[in-house]
Amino acid sequence: MDFEGIILTYWPKFLEGTLVTLQLTFFGVTIAALLSPPLAMLRLKGPRAVQIPLRIYVSFVRGTPMLAQLFLIYYGSGQFRPLLQEVGLWGFFREPYNCALLTFALNSTAYQIEIIRGGLMGVPHGEIEAADGIGMSTWTKYRRVILPHTYRIAWPALGNEIILLMKASALASVVTVFDLMGQTRLIFSKTFDLSAYAWAALIYLIITTVFVTLWRISERTISPQIFASKRKDRAVIAGMRG
Amino acid sequence: MSAAEAVVQAIDVHKSFGTLEVLKGVSLTAMPHDVVSILGSSGSGKSTFLRCLNFLEPPTSGKVIVHGEEIAHSHGKAESKKQVQMLRRRLGMVFQQFNLWTHRTVLENVMEGPLYVLKLPKNEARDRAEALLDRVGLDERMTVYPSSLSGGQQQRVAIARALAMEPDAILFDEPTSALDPELVGEVLKVMQSLAAEGRTMIVVTHEMAFAREVSTSVVFLHEGKVAESGEPSKMFAHPDTEVFKKFIADVR
Repeated sequence: MDFEGIILTYWPKFLEGTLVTLQLTFFGVTIAALLSPPLAMLRLKGPRAVQIPLRIYVSFVRGTPMLAQLFLIYYGSGQFRPLLQEVGLWGFFREPYNCALLTFALNSTAYQIEIIRGGLMGVPHGEIEAADGIGMSTWTKYRRVILPHTYRIAWPALGNEIILLMKASALASVVTVFDLMGQTRLIFSKTFDLSAYAWAALIYLIITTVFVTLWRISERTISPQIFASKRKDRAVIAGMRG
Repeated sequence: MSAAEAVVQAIDVHKSFGTLEVLKGVSLTAMPHDVVSILGSSGSGKSTFLRCLNFLEPPTSGKVIVHGEEIAHSHGKAESKKQVQMLRRRLGMVFQQFNLWTHRTVLENVMEGPLYVLKLPKNEARDRAEALLDRVGLDERMTVYPSSLSGGQQQRVAIARALAMEPDAILFDEPTSALDPELVGEVLKVMQSLAAEGRTMIVVTHEMAFAREVSTSVVFLHEGKVAESGEPSKMFAHPDTEVFKKFIADVR
């Protein structure tokens, strides 16, 4: 094992892979973050004809391994190549990167629908009535009252979901995407040096640690009222001690 | 007195939840500067009736007329969302549980309506909010979040929030029922000062002293109907009905 030698020789490959991992995660999470709020609202309040397919979609995604979902899209699209060519989508599905991204986006959307749904259900009813009581329009009510509460409630779970997706994105390497895991496998197959995997693990750990820290800071800006009262509590406790 | 003069008029309002008929035809008129107290034991439908006036609960049938404008509704639903929103801008509402927006500061709570509903410029909204908070005695606590206020203070902020919309009338839904006894007075004092300046108010309350001394008329609801109504001095001195006699004896 040559722990230092591996990174000194292969750092550009590790870096390249890390960037692909971050990119896949970022785009997957972002697409899901844009799709999930309206879908969560439909899942809660939409007509039955919309609610039922959404439920099936969510249970399918949550009930099957992501690797199976990835294979379904990656190999499945191959099966339907003539059809996809006809509608001009083959160019998209030919790329393993796109298949992986689509899988991650669809997967994360399902989880985020459930997270946002939980947030929506936790909005204090009285505060919604207060918004109604002054004649707020529906859109303003969502923007100023419902969604701020929803995201405050959902924030920790959303952070968790992003970390899970980042780690699960290693599955992309199975369909020949050279993300961090893909690059590491390549390096290992050349060197048979286990420290390649140790470096990969360390880089994943660094990414999550940095992310968790940033997410915590963002949590403070998103729910100032909670941190304001925590500061006050601490001051009160300090006062009692003093 | 013609209907056009009344600020709020309800005619034969019915409200059912499923098969349960909570309101069985309630009428009420609030003229400008009236302070109407709605009394009744729990389950009498008094809160439901108040909520029918601003369509937080759309009536099953009956008329709600605000400044001569009738709110169109059918099958227990308002016909126009827009009309209901306009109605609510004219009728302020103060809730039993205050319902302040916990994620906004005291000042932001009061500015919210002027800024995002009335679309006033920010400095105007701020001036208005500051003046109102000063008026309810909370000018010192403007930058804190509601959770650090007492119940009485929160309710005073909620009153300022309602006033910030410059409503034609304010509906109070048991504004002091969720308060510790020693905090009731500060809220009643604010309400009394509003009455003194001629605000039109409709108040669901258990505070007999307020009903008797501050209100200009009292409506006593019993089992979803108006059992007795009139001037407070007369009603409390000589109750016409057995149920009201019993009610005032019980709450004493």
